[in-house]
Amino acid sequence: MKNVIHIIKKEFLQFKRDPKMFGIILVSPVLQLILLGYAATLDVKIVHTLVFDQDRSELSKDYIKRFENSGFFSIDYYATDYNQVTEQINDGDIIVAIVIPNDFEKKIQRHETAKVQLLFNGSDGNTASIVAGYISNITGKFSQNLFPDYFNVNGGRIIPSAQITPVIRIWYNPSLQTRNFMVPGIVGLLLSNITLILASLAIVKEKEVGTLEQLMVTPIKPFELMIGKMIPFIILGFAAVIIVITAMTFIFNIPVRGNIFFLLFASFLYVLSTLGFGLLVSTISHTQQQAMMISIFGIMIPMVYLSGFAFPIENMPKIIQAVSYVIPLRYFITIIRGVILKGLGFTDLWIEASVLFVMGISILLLSSLRFRKKLG
Amino acid sequence: MNSIEVNNLTKKFGSFTAVDNVSFNVKKGEIFGFLGANGAGKSTTIRMLCAILEPTSGDAIVGRYSINKQPDQVKKNIGYMSQRFSLYNDLTVEENINFFGGVYGLEESEFEERKKWVLKIANLEGKEKTLTSSLPGGIKQRLALGTAVIHKPEIVFLDEPTSGVDPISRRRFWDLIHELSSEGITVLVTTHYLEEAEYCNNIILINRGKIIAQGTSDELKKNYIKNTILQIECDKVIEALEILEKQNFVNEVSIFGNSIHIVVNDNYKNEEQIRNLLEKNHSINVFRIDSIVPTLEDVFIHVLEEDKENGSSKN
Ligand SMILES: Nc1ncnc2c1ncn2[C@@H]1O[C@H](COP(=O)(O)OP(=O)(O)OP(=O)(O)O)[C@@H](O)[C@H]1O
Ligand SMILES: [Mg+2]
Repeated sequence: MKNVIHIIKKEFLQFKRDPKMFGIILVSPVLQLILLGYAATLDVKIVHTLVFDQDRSELSKDYIKRFENSGFFSIDYYATDYNQVTEQINDGDIIVAIVIPNDFEKKIQRHETAKVQLLFNGSDGNTASIVAGYISNITGKFSQNLFPDYFNVNGGRIIPSAQITPVIRIWYNPSLQTRNFMVPGIVGLLLSNITLILASLAIVKEKEVGTLEQLMVTPIKPFELMIGKMIPFIILGFAAVIIVITAMTFIFNIPVRGNIFFLLFASFLYVLSTLGFGLLVSTISHTQQQAMMISIFGIMIPMVYLSGFAFPIENMPKIIQAVSYVIPLRYFITIIRGVILKGLGFTDLWIEASVLFVMGISILLLSSLRFRKKLG
Repeated sequence: MNSIEVNNLTKKFGSFTAVDNVSFNVKKGEIFGFLGANGAGKSTTIRMLCAILEPTSGDAIVGRYSINKQPDQVKKNIGYMSQRFSLYNDLTVEENINFFGGVYGLEESEFEERKKWVLKIANLEGKEKTLTSSLPGGIKQRLALGTAVIHKPEIVFLDEPTSGVDPISRRRFWDLIHELSSEGITVLVTTHYLEEAEYCNNIILINRGKIIAQGTSDELKKNYIKNTILQIECDKVIEALEILEKQNFVNEVSIFGNSIHIVVNDNYKNEEQIRNLLEKNHSINVFRIDSIVPTLEDVFIHVLEEDKENGSSKN
């Protein structure tokens, strides 16, 4: 184990001499944040909707029909009490809940303003704001069609005093900022960059310059080399995560609502996969450039796009949705957003955490076997 | 006593045979030269002897241990300087020494003593904090050698340690190799420089994975070239070379600076034969013709030519 410490010490000495690397670590996630923040004007195709119709009148049924006919909304759930509404939104399966008050028809007939309540799961700020737009649109058309009819019956005079107003309440992310949705994801990207790209580069660099061959004749065992190479990047990765979370809290005003220790624990589980991928990349590439290409184009980009980091998974084609289940970042992103934005913890996210653990151990095990074989 | 015994060592990369059934012995404390053209299989052989590359077949005993059965023991008892620079350029002199001293598990007191020794032989006393990348080539190689033997191995493998180093630094490096050898360390060294081969106690010439000549420098000169070698000084060297090449009394020709070496056979009678040919028939002025003792270079050109003929007659 002494050898592991010698390697860790050496790695840190080498970090110190390579400021370029810190550039990669710190600049790339910020760039990604900016780029993705701008690029995130994404269409929402299917809106999973819950309806809690307290009125059960002809008019309210007609109103709901408008949503169904629009083609965007899929009414997945008819709630019968308010608890169900809360439950469904917390589960995250429902994007919006439409709550129709029991005096809906009465008020409209009396030409008073009827208030419809919309509850959003706003942790995906992007989707929520788009959906809110759709709903106002449909509601606006509905009331326009409705009131002229009434007025014509009453002698044709238009009194534009009454209408239906959607009252919007958004949970988790009340200001509906996409940034709030993206920034926590950056934690995941940062951790991936450090433990996957930088770790694989550090190994391939030794291959490229020839020092790996020198290490192989020393009494260092392949597994000691592996662990000694990984630990510095785990440390670096966690340092970066803590920096970003701090920055997020104080600069972006996005505090961690859940348990930060659970978040760090989940980060560790996630890092098992990325280190495994990093190791794998280091066994198939001969130059740092190759390692960079393979880890960015072969692993990072597919991971980012299939994980729901940039685009909501619900909007992807079915096949791609299926593929996303084998992407470790998908589970990690769910955990990060859950903990940071919703204040969820282990009891809510233990399935994701377990999946990460199993995936991480398998990837790491397979890669290290390959690493040992390539060295031996 | 043999320090290294190599038995029928073979390495194939796919269908390509890089090292072909090689056997040789190296005595303790000897400087053993390993020569061959690019791609001859020198590095591949050394890497197998260092137990970092598994042989396809065959075995070797390196300092009492089998490379196949006890690779870890082999590694503990050897030092290795690979063909590429083997230290960390982005670490300082001292950090490199500390790292390798550390992974070889040297005790504190022994380590301090060895560190001083490495700094002394590399001429780097007082420059411990210098970044390794900024050292001159010759010094780098001495530092690399020092760290490669920091754990006092019985055997050290040096793969082209002096390539790209200026002649004076090369000389100093060889002084260092002799110093190690006089302490009883066995040194196996590869080189492209034939004058360096003269410093070796024993030499092997390897070509296309096979040993094609071996012995001491004197043995090689005596045993491999039975025919007379003549050194001819003349003008129009290239033209003369082309003419001589075609003569039936000449086996081989090669250029050495502004003179020509030819290996003659039984058809050769005397100098007049050459003078007549060049001066009368081709009006090339011949200044001198001497019978000479062959250099190692003559030997290698000779055996490589023979190997080429054998190879082509087989194909
Ligand atoms: N890992 C490998 N895979 C495939 N071929 C290899 C491998 N390593 C070496 N070779 C081939 O084996 C042959 C011998 O290579 P080797 O490095 O032993 O030569 P060398 O005598 O050290 O040459 P040089 O003087 O250029 O260092 C070369 O043709 C080389 O291309
Ligand atoms: Mg070589």
